[in-house]
Amino acid sequence: MTMEILQKIFKDKFAKWAFIVLAFLYIVILFADFIAPYSSTYSNRDMSYVPPSKIYTITEDGKLSLPYTYNYIREYEPALLQTIYKQDRGTKYYIKPFVKGEKYKILGIIPCDRHLFGVRDGGHIYPLGTDINGRDVFSRLLFGGRISMTIGFLSLFIVFPIGLLYGGISGYFGGIIDNLMMRFAEAIMAIPSFYLLIILAAILPSGMTSVQRFCLIVVILALIGWAGFARVVRGMVLSIKNEEFVQAEKTMGASNLRIILKHILPQTTSYVIIAMTLSVPSYILAESGLSFLGLGIQQPDASWGNMLKEAQEFTNILYRPWLLTPGFLIFTAVLSFNLLGDAIRDFLDPKSKVR
Amino acid sequence: MKIWKYIGKRLLQTIPLLIIVSLISFFIIRISPIDPLAELRLNPSISQETLDKEIKRLNLDKPIYVQYFSWAKSFVKGDLGYTSAGEKVSSKLKERIPNTILLTLVVIFMTWSVGIPLGIIAAYRKESAFDRMLTIIASIGMAIPSFFFAILMLIFAVKTGWFPVGGLTSYNFNEMSLVGKCIDVSKHLVLPSLVLFTISLSGLQRQMRANMLEVMDSDYIKFARAKGVSEFKVVFKHALRNAVNPMITLLGFEFAGLLSGAALTEYVFQYPGLGRLILEAVMKSDINLVMASLMMGTIMLIAGNLIADILLMLTDPRIRDTKG
Repeated sequence: MTMEILQKIFKDKFAKWAFIVLAFLYIVILFADFIAPYSSTYSNRDMSYVPPSKIYTITEDGKLSLPYTYNYIREYEPALLQTIYKQDRGTKYYIKPFVKGEKYKILGIIPCDRHLFGVRDGGHIYPLGTDINGRDVFSRLLFGGRISMTIGFLSLFIVFPIGLLYGGISGYFGGIIDNLMMRFAEAIMAIPSFYLLIILAAILPSGMTSVQRFCLIVVILALIGWAGFARVVRGMVLSIKNEEFVQAEKTMGASNLRIILKHILPQTTSYVIIAMTLSVPSYILAESGLSFLGLGIQQPDASWGNMLKEAQEFTNILYRPWLLTPGFLIFTAVLSFNLLGDAIRDFLDPKSKVR
Repeated sequence: MKIWKYIGKRLLQTIPLLIIVSLISFFIIRISPIDPLAELRLNPSISQETLDKEIKRLNLDKPIYVQYFSWAKSFVKGDLGYTSAGEKVSSKLKERIPNTILLTLVVIFMTWSVGIPLGIIAAYRKESAFDRMLTIIASIGMAIPSFFFAILMLIFAVKTGWFPVGGLTSYNFNEMSLVGKCIDVSKHLVLPSLVLFTISLSGLQRQMRANMLEVMDSDYIKFARAKGVSEFKVVFKHALRNAVNPMITLLGFEFAGLLSGAALTEYVFQYPGLGRLILEAVMKSDINLVMASLMMGTIMLIAGNLIADILLMLTDPRIRDTKG
């Protein structure tokens, strides 16, 4: 079936590009250490809010040359009462492939110190400028993508088993169990989801390591999403449980749990796949929203949401537009997931014309 | 009369729902290690008397289930306690909730008056260039994070200077005439409502298009056409009425989505609404305020769904006859 879905995706113009974009993004974040010119902990305190490095391929006297860049130097402008950055036209720094830089491990295993591109010692290359702490925005985008692009999937791995089991049990047994379980799920759904999300995030204790925090954010996102999913599964189970093959299993003496897990829930597979692809974007958006408010992933870890936190200040959005780049990446990722999800739904559920 | 019976039944159903919601949120907040009175204790303008009164009111020295009951009792009575700044929670809510409702209603009005016609046109001219363009715009609208779009709008507002930024009223609001006040408020509403409008429009338009396509495919439309009814009548008299019914159910969901989406937009635009209130309350770990605004948000959401269901009963005779 996977092959068929892939074929279908490549037939659709939009879905094909969405798939390519997502594959590209995932490959880039997988090899973020190699592609990024700086490490995730790099910070140059003297270089806050440096504008993006300009890359030249034509020299000042009009000759074609290998790409090079100039360093920025900080100057204080007494007339404007602020620091400004000027290019130091004295020395050229050629951008070279596979330069030596900070040490890291490819995929966390193979030690290496080569980066995809960079300049020789003494030079700086900031393709998208730096943030308040003098950290390279481009590198942080890649490392932040690791969190932003995976957190949704991880939450789904919690949401789906819980939702399937909850909806399965509720629908299968019916009666008072169903009634109680569904009232509880409805209560969760009756709370405006974003309100619940920020409250859950806010009660997290502050002294946690970043890994612990990451895991708890995953759990919190899952706590918001399972109820709606469980309700739909319950509805499907209600109609499936009266079919003959379920009756047959019952007369053969199969246990209830076995019937639910082995015979009823597999019938919902295509809905699950559709719901999964279509709900990834909402998790990406929820995480970025939380981190944007400062309740999600915390500094110094990067996520696209918390990088945008700096864009809350007027001076930043007006004079330092490069700080907005994470927003465009969130947009691209969400758009691609939506388009891909649409194509998969059209394939698995051709009857549904919605959207 | 049937409809009153239905409304009464639905209102009764909300009571257990509200109890469960309050239980969930109460215990979520109380299992956290936050001292609910920490801010009050640190605030020098709060006297020991008020503090003791709060401890007594919340029964903080008693086990958690007693605390819940005393909280529930005072909530039903309408006593919501004090914020950490010493203000009454109820007056704070009274100030903020109308603003959020205003914003939400403006957005719903805008999305419906634009989304429904666009959905009809897109379905009627299915797979035309116009429909394709709308599909692309809708995909884009659904993918922009609300807060990011709000930031882009802020840049736009600051660069052009056309719209005021932040708040709901200008500093000299009290000196304005009635007309001036209305103009001032609507100027402040433009940007936040535009952001929420763009984000919720796409979903509505796509849904309307899908409903319309389904209805246009049905036998009674074919029959109407075969009978020689004019195209205009087919679309607006026969198809539209049936296609719009599912949209009314969606109205309830839209209301819920807007409440959530508005929180971030309100935050970016510094709009004085419920969403920003709860956010500020959460940041200051102001338990009374969080609890009260959470309950209010829930009540608003349930009310939105109820209104949608009642509207549906009024417009759809099939439901009116089976449910009443």
